[in-house]
Amino acid sequence: MSMDTHPASAATAHEATEPATTGTQKAGRGERERTGVLNVFSQAFLFLWAALVVLPLGWAVMSAFKSDKEIISSPFSLPSALRWGNFGRAWTKGHIGDYFLNTVIVIGFGVFFTMLLGGMAAYVLARYKFPGNRAIYYFFVAGLTFPVFLALTPLFLTMHNLSNSGIPMLNTYHGLILVYVAFSLPFTVFFLHSFFKTLPTSVAEAALVDGASHTKLFFRVMLPMAKPGLISVGIFNIIGQWNQFLLPTVLMNKQSGFDADRSVLTQGLINLSINGGYKSDWSGLFAGMVMAMLPVLVVYVVFQRQVQAGLTAGTLK
Amino acid sequence: MRHGQYRFIAGFLVIPVVVYAFFMVWPYIQDIFYSFTEWNGLDTNPKFIGFGNYVRLFHDDKFLGAVVHNAFFLLTVPLITIVLALFLAFMLNVGGNSGKAGIQGVRGSSIYKVVLFFPQVLSVAIVVILYQSIFQTDSTGLANAILIKLHIVSADNPMLWFSDANWVRWILLWVAVWSGFGFYMVLFSAAMQSIPKDIYEAALLDGASRVKQFFRVTLPLLWDTISVAWVYLGFIALDLFALVYALTPGPGGPNHASEVMSTYFFHTAFQNGQFGYACALGVALALFSLILAAVQLRVTRRETVEL
Repeated sequence: MSMDTHPASAATAHEATEPATTGTQKAGRGERERTGVLNVFSQAFLFLWAALVVLPLGWAVMSAFKSDKEIISSPFSLPSALRWGNFGRAWTKGHIGDYFLNTVIVIGFGVFFTMLLGGMAAYVLARYKFPGNRAIYYFFVAGLTFPVFLALTPLFLTMHNLSNSGIPMLNTYHGLILVYVAFSLPFTVFFLHSFFKTLPTSVAEAALVDGASHTKLFFRVMLPMAKPGLISVGIFNIIGQWNQFLLPTVLMNKQSGFDADRSVLTQGLINLSINGGYKSDWSGLFAGMVMAMLPVLVVYVVFQRQVQAGLTAGTLK
Repeated sequence: MRHGQYRFIAGFLVIPVVVYAFFMVWPYIQDIFYSFTEWNGLDTNPKFIGFGNYVRLFHDDKFLGAVVHNAFFLLTVPLITIVLALFLAFMLNVGGNSGKAGIQGVRGSSIYKVVLFFPQVLSVAIVVILYQSIFQTDSTGLANAILIKLHIVSADNPMLWFSDANWVRWILLWVAVWSGFGFYMVLFSAAMQSIPKDIYEAALLDGASRVKQFFRVTLPLLWDTISVAWVYLGFIALDLFALVYALTPGPGGPNHASEVMSTYFFHTAFQNGQFGYACALGVALALFSLILAAVQLRVTRRETVEL
């Protein structure tokens, strides 16, 4: 599914349809003028909404370069100088650097295992007939409708009990990674299931005739063929896990005074802004926010077609 | 051969199913169990009290207040988001100049599509901090600073925004719409692009105006997508946990003016230590979600239009 209107192809399409539609040219000046007014109106409306989206973000970026005094005394003037020091301070003193590293570790493994396990499950469910296939598929897909916050208490207790019985889970990378994987599986399985269904069977049959095992067939033939789908759902999972906030808030807290602070970025930022320890350092908070915001925005802009396709494909099917 | 295939299937399924069942599904099942108990969250032996927690829900004014607030968001968030997203998507895909009578989006629509989607990729944590700083209750916030500059409010007496019981729900509504409309705009755009252009061109030939095209062509053909969007937005309106939790004083304040079921659940569980009661609340909320989905899908179901 292509989400973009390509200006070039759109133009030729119009040229082609022109003869058929010249009739409307006779519709008269009144209609044309009315369209013109509507056009000005729609342009103005779109511009307004784009401004409402961009201005707050731009304001945050601008504030990240200001001094605290400037932020308080003149909220919308440009910064008098580009204070890159705000970013450095947020990175070290505000621990954004540590949070960044924690986030990268968690989502690196989280997304990898989500894709691997989700891909395996989706592939088997999509391509093999066996009793219970539908049941397992719906078991996964049902997870799409569960609101995350309902799971928080029992999930915390489950992890707490495991920790007490000698398997540390709270405030550990592997604990949060496992939870991320579990919570990302429904969408991943759902999306890749429909993707594997569309792949041709002839290639798979040929590989099996050549003596490839089912496992080899999956890793050597089917996964490479599913690359576009894997990219879409992979980006979706990166953005989703990068932005996750409720789960780490409950599961990634220091268990004792000696425990390392393994907060992820979103959680660390919220703590900075709520706990007031950082209240005096507005510019640092803005700088931290910009650093958390930019990577996803860049990923999105670079891959925007795949992201939009990935986000919407699931709901449209 | 057959046997080997089953071993392969089981080998591929066992880890994903176990991880998902244990770390995601099991907590929700525990919720149901604890909802029939009186339990402070620490005791090893929750006391079984049957439907006691559920009966109590119906006499709890704060819970009922939260239900009313959820109902407010349930009406407003989907309605405003869908109308806005539909309108924007229509502009981006078929609202353009018809000088040559072709059907196209307005100029710059591909840029708009990218930019208007921005809020969707931002973490709720970032949205929260952004709006916290915009709606500061003193003159340092962007919103108050603008109003003061325009002489709409005085610097000595700025707006209280999230701390004002009359305003708090409306600002939350704004933040929810702001952070969510981009997704639905793209969703509707995709659906509109799957409508063949000749249908619009035929409508143009018949002299149908833009407004008529929208109501007679676009809307009926998009009905299925819209009803799916309605259900999704309904879930969001029933949740709203992160926004209310991080943006409002209390959270859920001022004086429970913005309390919704999810934040009340959080209060009950973590601040009052009534985990059993909180789980009943959670199960009630899950039931609301299911009923909502069933009702909306039924109400919005229509004869599908075959293309």
